[in-house]
Amino acid sequence: MRFLGYTLANEAETPTEPPRPELYEEMGKFVQEAISAGVIVATGGISPTSEGVKISLKNGEFSVVDGPFAEAKEIVGGWALMECRDIDEAVEWSKRFIGVLGEGEVRVRPVSGPE
Amino acid sequence: MSATDSTAAVEAVFRIEFPRVVAALARACGGDLGLAEELAQDSLVDALRQWPLEGTPRNPGAWLTAVGKHKAIDRFRRDRVLASKYIEVGRSLEVGSSGVGVGDADDGSGVVVGVGGDGDGDGTFDDEIEDDRLRLIFVACHPVLSVPARVALTLRLVGGLTVPEIARAYLEPEATVAQRIGRAKKTIAQAGVPFEVPVGEDRAARLGAVLEVIYLIYNEGYSATSGEEWLRPELCAEALRLGRGLAALAPDEAEVHGLVALMEFQSSRLRARTASSGAPVLLFDQDRRSWDALHINRGEAALAQAESLASPRGPYALQAAIASCHARSFGPSETDWARLVALYTELARTVSSPVVELNRAVAISYASGPEAALPHVDMLVATGALAHYHLLFSVRADLLDRLGRFGEAAEVWSVAAGLASNEAERALLEGRAAASGARAR
Repeated sequence: MRFLGYTLANEAETPTEPPRPELYEEMGKFVQEAISAGVIVATGGISPTSEGVKISLKNGEFSVVDGPFAEAKEIVGGWALMECRDIDEAVEWSKRFIGVLGEGEVRVRPVSGPE
Repeated sequence: MSATDSTAAVEAVFRIEFPRVVAALARACGGDLGLAEELAQDSLVDALRQWPLEGTPRNPGAWLTAVGKHKAIDRFRRDRVLASKYIEVGRSLEVGSSGVGVGDADDGSGVVVGVGGDGDGDGTFDDEIEDDRLRLIFVACHPVLSVPARVALTLRLVGGLTVPEIARAYLEPEATVAQRIGRAKKTIAQAGVPFEVPVGEDRAARLGAVLEVIYLIYNEGYSATSGEEWLRPELCAEALRLGRGLAALAPDEAEVHGLVALMEFQSSRLRARTASSGAPVLLFDQDRRSWDALHINRGEAALAQAESLASPRGPYALQAAIASCHARSFGPSETDWARLVALYTELARTVSSPVVELNRAVAISYASGPEAALPHVDMLVATGALAHYHLLFSVRADLLDRLGRFGEAAEVWSVAAGLASNEAERALLEGRAAASGARAR
């Protein structure tokens, strides 16, 4: 089964300084382990909303607005598509991921449809 | 860590960690797989008692291994004969390279386990475990075992599936599977199979045996040999997991990447291979838009890895290249059949196999027409090598259909249907027989 795990954070509170080099190393090691276990099948980070665009369609009118999106309290930071036997395993891998970060929030959602 | 970890959460951690724990304990117990598995199971009992109350430890694998080793020592204290056999356990605990300390609680209340530091800052433990996992795979797939025993033991100890899960996947009684695994562990012990990764000349052959087991598991999922269902995707997922894990443990082995690539490509079609009714859909009738691009991309990456490591390509990489050729075309009419004939010819030179010859004939039939392919198939029929293989007859029937020889085709489709052991496939072939029969009249 496939699951999408993604981090949620408040952009205003996200630290602007780059993370510690050790964090890079630990995260690299963790991602390698998850890939070796055949769990992570695709992963990536998402740039700040200042680099994004919001597109909506309402009453037949498109609206295209450049970021940042100040109203977004919770934005997606990074994501990983996981293949696990069940959601409990996806939750455990997500815990390990946040464990490396030190703190944070991850949401896990089953990806619908057969593999 | 939260104090509210549920049983399901603990079991998920255990499933993830089980193969590493068994591998580490197997080395500590001098390669006794039976004892290692028992100790790992016993450590789960402790985890289920402690983790929901105290939280899951930061390095659960190290925790479970330490508890398992401690339980081993407990047993040896009670049983001197056993102890003399397994001095290695004591030694590996004294060395303490794992950064994990285990001791008796003075009040006799049970095991006290402390993980030094946070347990995961210590690379030695992780590296050793990786080596142990590789050793475990090679031992579980040892040629001293029958092929079904290798498959069952690998799924149990390397894949971490339970006996009921394996029994369900193979539609066999649990007792049969349990017995097979039990006997396999005994055979390994009696044969004195060392807990080692083979080196030198032996290595290639032993690696071949490992890859064969993984691919057998995959194929049982991809095209179930018996029963009413055509696919058992959970077995495909397990085999893929095993393959990806092996690729990480043995990154320099070209054929490991070749096998992973092959399984990724085949998995990309899983969704397209079954109609909503559950009936199989053959390659040419599949809606290629529903092929999974993620699997195809991973397949291409693994194939590139395999090709960068070996020249000439091995049989798995060649089969992956064939699958890649299909994945790159939008349909049968746009497929590069000449390239496929060349790839099958190269494959036939690498592994002499009538099944490969049969596939080569199919490629020839699309590259040069059915009349060019029929003699190849007739020759295969004449050798009798695939006398019970339904696909030989379905290929021949298809060629006869394409040549307009419907009456003969109908008979051959019926032969194919009679040989198919999978219900869904049999129904498909009977349908083809009826269709050809109708056109003959």
